[in-house]
Amino acid sequence: MLLMGKDKGVAAMAANMGKYKGRSLWADAARRFARNKAALISLGVLALLLGFSLLGHYASDWSNETIDWGRLSNIYEQGQPNLESGHYFGLDHVGRDLYQRAVQGSRISLMIGVLGAFVAVVIGALYGAVSGFVGGKVDSLMMRLVDVLSAFPFMFLVIVLMAIFGRNVLLMFVAIGAVSWLNMARIVRGQTLSLKRKEFIEAAFTVGVHPMVIILRHVIPNLLGVVIVYAALLVPEMIMFESFISFLGLGVSEPQTSWGALISEGADNMRSTPWMLAFPMTLLIATLFCFNFIGDGLRDALDPKGN
Amino acid sequence: MLSFIIRRLLVAIPTLLILVTISFTLMHAAPGGPFTNERKVPEAVMKNIEAKYHLDQPLWKQYLYYLGDLVQGDLGPSFKYKDHTVNELISSSFPRSAYIGVLSFVIVVLLGVGIGVVAALNHNRWPDYAGMTFAMSGVMLPNFVLAPLCVMIFAVYLKWLPAGGWEGGRIEYLILPIVAMATSYVAQVARITRGSMIETLNSTFIQRARAKGLPRTHIILRHALKPAMIPVISYLGPAFVGIVTGSVVVDKVFSTGGIGQHFVNGAINRDYSLILGVTILVGALTIFFNALVDILYTVLDPRIRY
Repeated sequence: MLLMGKDKGVAAMAANMGKYKGRSLWADAARRFARNKAALISLGVLALLLGFSLLGHYASDWSNETIDWGRLSNIYEQGQPNLESGHYFGLDHVGRDLYQRAVQGSRISLMIGVLGAFVAVVIGALYGAVSGFVGGKVDSLMMRLVDVLSAFPFMFLVIVLMAIFGRNVLLMFVAIGAVSWLNMARIVRGQTLSLKRKEFIEAAFTVGVHPMVIILRHVIPNLLGVVIVYAALLVPEMIMFESFISFLGLGVSEPQTSWGALISEGADNMRSTPWMLAFPMTLLIATLFCFNFIGDGLRDALDPKGN
Repeated sequence: MLSFIIRRLLVAIPTLLILVTISFTLMHAAPGGPFTNERKVPEAVMKNIEAKYHLDQPLWKQYLYYLGDLVQGDLGPSFKYKDHTVNELISSSFPRSAYIGVLSFVIVVLLGVGIGVVAALNHNRWPDYAGMTFAMSGVMLPNFVLAPLCVMIFAVYLKWLPAGGWEGGRIEYLILPIVAMATSYVAQVARITRGSMIETLNSTFIQRARAKGLPRTHIILRHALKPAMIPVISYLGPAFVGIVTGSVVVDKVFSTGGIGQHFVNGAINRDYSLILGVTILVGALTIFFNALVDILYTVLDPRIRY
């Protein structure tokens, strides 16, 4: 009788199986992320900023390169931010529409941030995974190289790379990304070391899968969580880095611009046209905050134990 | 202990050599020399200039020349400022950076650790939230935003402080540079201190000290602070170098005449020897302080043995 009852229970459970959906790791993470208000709001703000950078130029009749001669003589009075004149953000010190300049700068800064982080993550993840996976002498040699490179004054390398490449935006973020992978490599290596001892990797080994295939098919997918969190935190770092270099006058050059270049111009003219500093600064700070909140949200979502 | 210190410092030498080699190679791989931008000079004059700076020699010979001078502490002549050697340029600007840097560092340690400890002791109460809001903003606000903002508020609008300059290092000229320099480091130190302090306060030996009935201040100062400082120290080592060698941004915005300005000018002018000199100085300091941090660990945590 007792046995019968147990069997019935199992049967009922089996019947119910179809009704319950299994929760995958990713669905679980998405749920946790959706509960994080700051991260969600940041995501919304970031979407707006992205829209602004991609489509914002349709909203104004001015272009980023024409000079408003009529107001040029008295920018301090007539170049102020003004909805009626169509100069939403005012004029810059040479009479261009700051709104359009800001759209242009946002596009370049965001692009450099995302692509720079992408380059850094790809190089770092592969390097770290190979180093951790192969282990032994190769590992210690590869990590020693990372140590030496970290002792290297970072900015110097980028400046030299830019001297080699010329002041080209596309190559600049490749350069920035290519030297920012060091931390990524360290993190991924650490994770790989612990992953390597897992049974499914050993199983793949015993059936003779090629090590490179194991790294690409088994190790890297299992590292994705860490990699995504780090990538989200790397984007603002890249944006900051690019802006920093442009601020010093070594990055993006005219007629192109970026947040850093705009802030630099604003800082030089802050006595006469303070809005030139205020608008790009606000855009930059908003973006940095958004990415950091999203990064924190992702970390909580993907790595609940790590908190 | 002594043998560990000696060994640790000896390891630093090959690292420094690699650093010098990489910087040297990269700098010379860059197209365009320091003299290509100037107006055309007769071939013979150009030859003479190049010969004077050994630029006509093969690269490995230039490298050996440079290394030979470096061992004697000579960083060579500046290519751009023809009347000055790199040593002169560095020795005139580095003390300023170091002065601002050391003052900033003291503030970073006192304020950062202070905020961190207070936040940890009031975990999840308002001082914690206030401290961490400050720390989060401080970490996210880049100094090239903070520095012009400070100038705009305190120098242009309120007119409380001068917008820049050095003036023999008078205090009113130092306040804004120090604020711009220290804020992000204070924020980082506060965050790290808070995290590690919370962890330490939850550990068993603190519980035991509490159970024994020791006074609260005694527990915090004598038992908790020392082990909680270990992650802070590992952050402070490299941070100290960054602070002392001067933030390029601070030097630019406040025209303090610090070493950061030479770095940027060197890059713009392709002044090989100047930028190499600054890089080597910064690199050597970084390596030295990393070694110092390793040595400090053994003092702070007797469990660490080498």
